[in-house]
Amino acid sequence: MTTLDPGLEQGAALAEERPSTLTRSRKRSAILFLVPMLAVLALVAGWPLGRTIYFSFTDATLANLEDPAFVGLSNFYWLAVDPVWWQAVWNTVVFTLASVSIETVLGMVIALTLSAHLPGRGLLRAAMLIPWAIPTVVSAQMWGWMFHDLYGVVNEILLWAGLITEPKAWTADPALALPAIIAVDVWKTTPFMTLLILAALALVPDDVYEAARIDGVNPFKVFFRVTLPLIWPALMVAVIFRSLDSLRVFDLMYVLTGNSRSTMSMSVYARQYLMEFQDVGFGSAASTFLFLIIALLTVGYITLGRVKLGLGER
Amino acid sequence: MAARRIAGQVLFWLLVALIVVYTIFPFYWAIVSSLKSGSALFTVEAWPTEPSIANYVSVFSEQPFGRNILNSVIVATAVVALSLFLAVTASHALGRVQFRGRSPLLLMILAVSMFPQVAVLSGLFEVIRWLGLYNNLLGLILAYMIFTLPFTVWVLTTFMRELPKELEEAAVVDGASPWIVLTRVFLPLLWPALVTTGLLAFIAAWNEFLFAMTFTLTNEMRTVPVAIALMSGSSEFELPWGNVMAASVVVTVPLVILVLIFQRRIVSGLTAGAVKG
Repeated sequence: MTTLDPGLEQGAALAEERPSTLTRSRKRSAILFLVPMLAVLALVAGWPLGRTIYFSFTDATLANLEDPAFVGLSNFYWLAVDPVWWQAVWNTVVFTLASVSIETVLGMVIALTLSAHLPGRGLLRAAMLIPWAIPTVVSAQMWGWMFHDLYGVVNEILLWAGLITEPKAWTADPALALPAIIAVDVWKTTPFMTLLILAALALVPDDVYEAARIDGVNPFKVFFRVTLPLIWPALMVAVIFRSLDSLRVFDLMYVLTGNSRSTMSMSVYARQYLMEFQDVGFGSAASTFLFLIIALLTVGYITLGRVKLGLGER
Repeated sequence: MAARRIAGQVLFWLLVALIVVYTIFPFYWAIVSSLKSGSALFTVEAWPTEPSIANYVSVFSEQPFGRNILNSVIVATAVVALSLFLAVTASHALGRVQFRGRSPLLLMILAVSMFPQVAVLSGLFEVIRWLGLYNNLLGLILAYMIFTLPFTVWVLTTFMRELPKELEEAAVVDGASPWIVLTRVFLPLLWPALVTTGLLAFIAAWNEFLFAMTFTLTNEMRTVPVAIALMSGSSEFELPWGNVMAASVVVTVPLVILVLIFQRRIVSGLTAGAVKG
């Protein structure tokens, strides 16, 4: 099969004589099959994104989306000088770095434990999936209750263990709120990490371990010299997925601490301007900024990922 | 040597136990709390001395929580049906037919899955209002395509590509149209992939919060996550924690059942997206 020739469309009359009628009808049906999906994606993704970028250069409000005035870069200027925005950027970056690295290490430990041939492994794996499967809102509420300053079980346990001397206001204290949110995210998303690492571990051939065991190599050395390099590409993919996801975080912050500045993420900041203050122009500038960060990181990761994968194949 | 091995075994099982407790404890605590009523809720104890279902009764009587669950079921089911329909047809084109621009198109679809939801919020709000679907479940179903379509199309395309060519050729020689080939030849073979991607789409739609909160207005149109997040009681300053826990348990149970039945499928779906892709 050759690639689609643009000239074919006008050459309908030639169709009968050419041997590629079958190929052509396949291509025509391919287009027909693709159009509905592409139309929906354009309507819910392409067009809205374009509108957001357009709004970010205007003074649009929720009441006036149709005919806003062009204001140039002024929204971006005010965004750049807003300390609350930079706090939100900082919170999001700290959240992403902390939760993704803890999840990766913890996910690795759990995956290595579960990859041993122990009875009831299937059941354990299913149990791991449950935090991943429930709504983030539900996990935020369950932990919000456990973190309660007066009646929370977390305070009770830590007091009993002697780790703290007085009850803490986990979600209200600005110094503790972000760590508390990170703890909930780690609980919720470590299962995802564990499952991806488990899948990668399953692809490592057994005889590699066998050989290392016969040679009497120390298990830690086996892990760092053999296992880790072999699962590295898969691990990186998982880390990228999780990082991009974390940068967009909204539900956890919104449910646990509302619009509180000490924990506000970029998404929470943007939504507050878009929907609560109804300042669509300014909120769109914040959204566009977030979109650009994620787009740049994605492109960077893809380029970097290619290089790494290329090295791995040698 | 033997003592060291036993110590290792003990340590290993302690680690397993710790993992299980860490994973399960929040659920256990939610169940225990949901069964406590009145002031018992504010005492920390491992099991309620007088278990009561009062919270479960009030969560359904004080707000339209039954309606919220129904909304979530409708939205998630419709999202699965619509995204599978659109993705199956599209993946047939993307996986079986070679045409120029196919790879950029696939990359573009993958790029959509990286979009932050808040980046399309205002534009999507406008589209939904323009279609007259504000505060309407149809608006949510449409909006959710932004995160279900990319991965359903991606996974099904990978799957389609691996199906043997001979099957299709035999059907075409017999004079079958592309639609017949797709529905009669490929669809039966696609079942495992459809179940997997369908489940993932269902869970994603069931859990979504930001769009559901933004595009609905009234209590009756809310889905479960919005209802649980915005639950308020008689006091302005304190959440009705008993009700919140009861509601959380109610919506977690079906997911636990789904996960227990389909864990293999879910795991294979999650890893197919990441490890192979």
